[in-house]
Amino acid sequence: MSFFTPENLGKAQVLVGLYPDKRSALIPLCHLAQGQHGHLSNEAMVEIAELLGIQPAEVMGTASFYDMLHTEEVGKYLVGVCTNVACMLGGGLELLEHASDVLGIPPGATTDDGMFTLEEVECVAHCDKAPCAQVNYRYFGPLADSDFDRLVDDLRSDRLSETVPPHGVLSRVFRDAPAMVPLEIIHQERRDMDEAKKARLAAQNQDAGGKQ
Amino acid sequence: MSTDVSQNLITISVDGKEIKAVPGELVIEAAEKAGVFIPRFCYHNRLPQVGMCRMCLVEVKGPRGFALQPSCYLPVSDGMEVITESDKVKKAQDGVLELLLINHPLDCPTCDKGGECPLQDQTLTYGPGESRFAEEKRHWEKPIAISDLVFLDRERCIQCDRCTRFADVIAGDALIEFIGRGDHTEINVFPDRPFSSYFSGNTVQICPVGALTASPYRFKARPWDLSQVESSCTTCSMGCRIMVQSSQNELTRYLGLDSDSINHGWLCDKGRFGFEAVNSSDRVTVPLIRKNGSFTETTWASALSLIASKVSSAKAAGDPNRIGFLLGSRLTNEDIYAWVKLAKGVVASDSVDCQLGDGLSGKVISVLPRATINQAASAKAILAFTGDIREEIPVLFLRLREAIKSGKTKLATIGTHASSLDQLSDVSVKVSPDQLQLLARELMQESSKFPDIASLFTTQGVASDGDGLVVLLGRENLAWDRSVAEAFAVELSRALPKAKFLITIRSSNFAGGVDLGAVPGLLPGRTPIEDASLKLRQKWVNLPGRAGYGAAEMLKSALRGEVDVLFLVGSDPRQDYVDSVLANSALDQVGFVVSVDTYLSQSSSMADLILPASSFAEKSGTTTNLEGRVLTLNQKVTPRGLSRPDWTIASEIALELGEDLGFTSAADVLDEIAEVSPLHWGLSWHRLTRSAALEGVVIPISPTSLSIRPNAMLDQVSTPGIASVWNQGLASSKTSFLENDSEGDIEQVAEAPSQATRGLGESIWPLAPIQLLGFMNLVYTPKLYSHGEHLKNSPHLSHLAVEAKCRISGRTANDLGFETGDSVRVADKAGGEGLFELEIDDSVRDGTVELTRGSFAISGFSPVRIGETVNYVKVERA
Repeated sequence: MSFFTPENLGKAQVLVGLYPDKRSALIPLCHLAQGQHGHLSNEAMVEIAELLGIQPAEVMGTASFYDMLHTEEVGKYLVGVCTNVACMLGGGLELLEHASDVLGIPPGATTDDGMFTLEEVECVAHCDKAPCAQVNYRYFGPLADSDFDRLVDDLRSDRLSETVPPHGVLSRVFRDAPAMVPLEIIHQERRDMDEAKKARLAAQNQDAGGKQ
Repeated sequence: MSTDVSQNLITISVDGKEIKAVPGELVIEAAEKAGVFIPRFCYHNRLPQVGMCRMCLVEVKGPRGFALQPSCYLPVSDGMEVITESDKVKKAQDGVLELLLINHPLDCPTCDKGGECPLQDQTLTYGPGESRFAEEKRHWEKPIAISDLVFLDRERCIQCDRCTRFADVIAGDALIEFIGRGDHTEINVFPDRPFSSYFSGNTVQICPVGALTASPYRFKARPWDLSQVESSCTTCSMGCRIMVQSSQNELTRYLGLDSDSINHGWLCDKGRFGFEAVNSSDRVTVPLIRKNGSFTETTWASALSLIASKVSSAKAAGDPNRIGFLLGSRLTNEDIYAWVKLAKGVVASDSVDCQLGDGLSGKVISVLPRATINQAASAKAILAFTGDIREEIPVLFLRLREAIKSGKTKLATIGTHASSLDQLSDVSVKVSPDQLQLLARELMQESSKFPDIASLFTTQGVASDGDGLVVLLGRENLAWDRSVAEAFAVELSRALPKAKFLITIRSSNFAGGVDLGAVPGLLPGRTPIEDASLKLRQKWVNLPGRAGYGAAEMLKSALRGEVDVLFLVGSDPRQDYVDSVLANSALDQVGFVVSVDTYLSQSSSMADLILPASSFAEKSGTTTNLEGRVLTLNQKVTPRGLSRPDWTIASEIALELGEDLGFTSAADVLDEIAEVSPLHWGLSWHRLTRSAALEGVVIPISPTSLSIRPNAMLDQVSTPGIASVWNQGLASSKTSFLENDSEGDIEQVAEAPSQATRGLGESIWPLAPIQLLGFMNLVYTPKLYSHGEHLKNSPHLSHLAVEAKCRISGRTANDLGFETGDSVRVADKAGGEGLFELEIDDSVRDGTVELTRGSFAISGFSPVRIGETVNYVKVERA
């Protein structure tokens, strides 16, 4: 039984074919799997390993390194509240506390209904809207307590499904992968660039010599 | 060191002292050679460097003055100035150790590594002594079993990346990995994917802390309880150099020694943990005689006189060849020589064999030009027609893997089944027996029917006479008679006279057996019996009148009742002979079977008389590995019970027969070997035990075959557990280890006497057609954990034994209407039948059945029948 849906398996094979070394497709495949399932299950990691000809432990090693790849189940919405400097001054810690009260879970936990996972995150570069939060990596801010309550309400009742996709979906628009540029062309272009640079340097030297 | 290297040496200064270094060498290595030890954890001389632990920081002068740099990651350059001891370096070392110890538990008193722990030692030597970190340390569930053999205590880990690098880069089994990041980093396996690598024990050996421990050694001993000797592993024919350690006269552990020519410090798990078999409580410890169907204890004296009377009466009856000798892989060179001298020189029987139908004829082995392992690893190209090296000679697989992955050489494989070598090869060709001959004849010709191989070899620069090519020759598929492989090799050697052969037969010391005449028709030194030298005639009272029987003919004549006495010296034909039906029925017909054995094996438990033999590490001697390298074996513990070394038993039997073999020690035997065998000329116990001979000596000895002990041995951190025992273990552990007796190495060796090697006497057997209606092709090969006495008597290995499965491809299963898990009846060509569980495995070729040798013992069923050139089997639903 395959983990990937037939459609995603096709995408996975295209991704694998993109790189001279199959292993390079590891992180793209992790995103693909997370997009399908919300997190990277063991089954998904085993299948990624098979597609790349490596061991599942190697997939797990990479996946567990990155905070944005989740090897354990997360809610439909991953709520990250920033408590870094700008947000903290704007009330980030208070917002996190409020979020914890509203959702009824400490940071790092998932609600029983599987809707929300709460996280404390470092700066997400949304400082102008401090205190801010992100839901599945979509920004919201500045958030007063009441704004946060409304946000949760909107998410619960699916009113934001246009803005916020389920967890794991980084982008709803998939571009077709470009055809791979053959290595010979890349090498040739590099050689041409080197030669052009050499010629330019030689001309400069000649110029300098002429002036002296 | 050869002169061409010394000309290119550059000069660097270490702590104000000028030293010579090889360009490209790392600062840590150059300093070590000059006697300056820089502390380290992650650096290991056999692993790619990563510069992770920062323990080896030293000051190096750059454009902006001295700055700290990791010496394990910095190649030397001419005029480089390095300071390894200064306040700045000291502060860095203090800092690194203080950080490593933030989370490392102080459980040294209960940790197996305590006393031989690089972290403990280097903290004492270089550490700050106190920590400023008072916080709670990390805690994990502990220990966790990451495989059947290896336990992991994660809180002890200092994340040096040694085990993971070994598993990934050296073994190619990346089953353990760093999980997580930062202070959450841990080493772990994937859920339900245990670290079941054949090489997992090496990670325990190189772990610089007590994070990885091996279940057979956990809580067994302390370094200061241990004593040790250097020896060689005899589990397979590789001859890996090992340190044998014991406590209270019981073997506790083997550690790999770093030998440049052989194992680079690595061992396979079967070899490493096989010491338990020596300690087994099932050892035979007293002579046993069969009376009324069961064994009763007897004395050596009465056992020996019984043997003498049986041998004498058999001899008096006429043909001495009716007294057979099957010698097993336990035997040292000295044991083999003594038994051969007893058989051929006293009894005058030439019916001696050291292989059980799973090897190659001694005559063929002795005419093929030999390659060493290092030559194979640096050959322009390798052609492999051999069983799965990873299953049969695992450490050779590591050496070849390293050579091929580094691009030093390229590999082409030919054969009938998928093997681990296929993953490393550029060309992989599946052949039938008759194609083999064609391939051998035309290999390097333009018109070759196998253009992929020819073009690979030509691109690699293999000459048209085969120069630069090394052939790995073994038994690729036991379902094909050995004559197929022999004919191939001989044909290939004729077509490519400069190609060299590395004989990859698994059985330990097969090379010693062939070299010392433990095959019919040959005398020690591979001399044919009719060409016995004068020296030999002086030492031997007798010589066989005519050629005797090999194992196959011996068993066949036994079946006809023509074998009166059969000696099984460490040989278990009922279990190990390829045609088990023949072996079992033949042995039942032998008049008197004497088994010289360490266990009650299948054969010895049916013998008439059992003599207890000393096991590995209970006797000293030498062994010859597959490349013809003679290596020392040293005694570590006292022989169990009344057991005796095999060479002593041969001497005692000879004495009972009224002849004195003339040996009082194993060294005596070696001296006589060197005297009578032109091949072993120049060997002596002294030469082999000198410290320079860690690498052993390739025979025949030439001025270049003596190699120098590598300095890598000086690194106490690369294999923790050896230097510690040497420094603080029991007095007897002070072996020659670490001595640098390089003076002896330049000792000149005269040219060896030229060897008479003769062409092949026997003609090549004709090959049978490959297709037979109703039958399927058979692939019959062993696995590393095939059943045997060694495995059965090693408690931590016995449960790893392979299961009996009948493997076929998905398509074939489909054609036959079988599914995985079905019970099938496999019938051999002579009508024997066995029931097997079916497994679908798409690496098996269509129309082929794969069975694993040593995974089953079924009465009346043997997939391989002697006399068939190619064996086939039928598969039916049970």
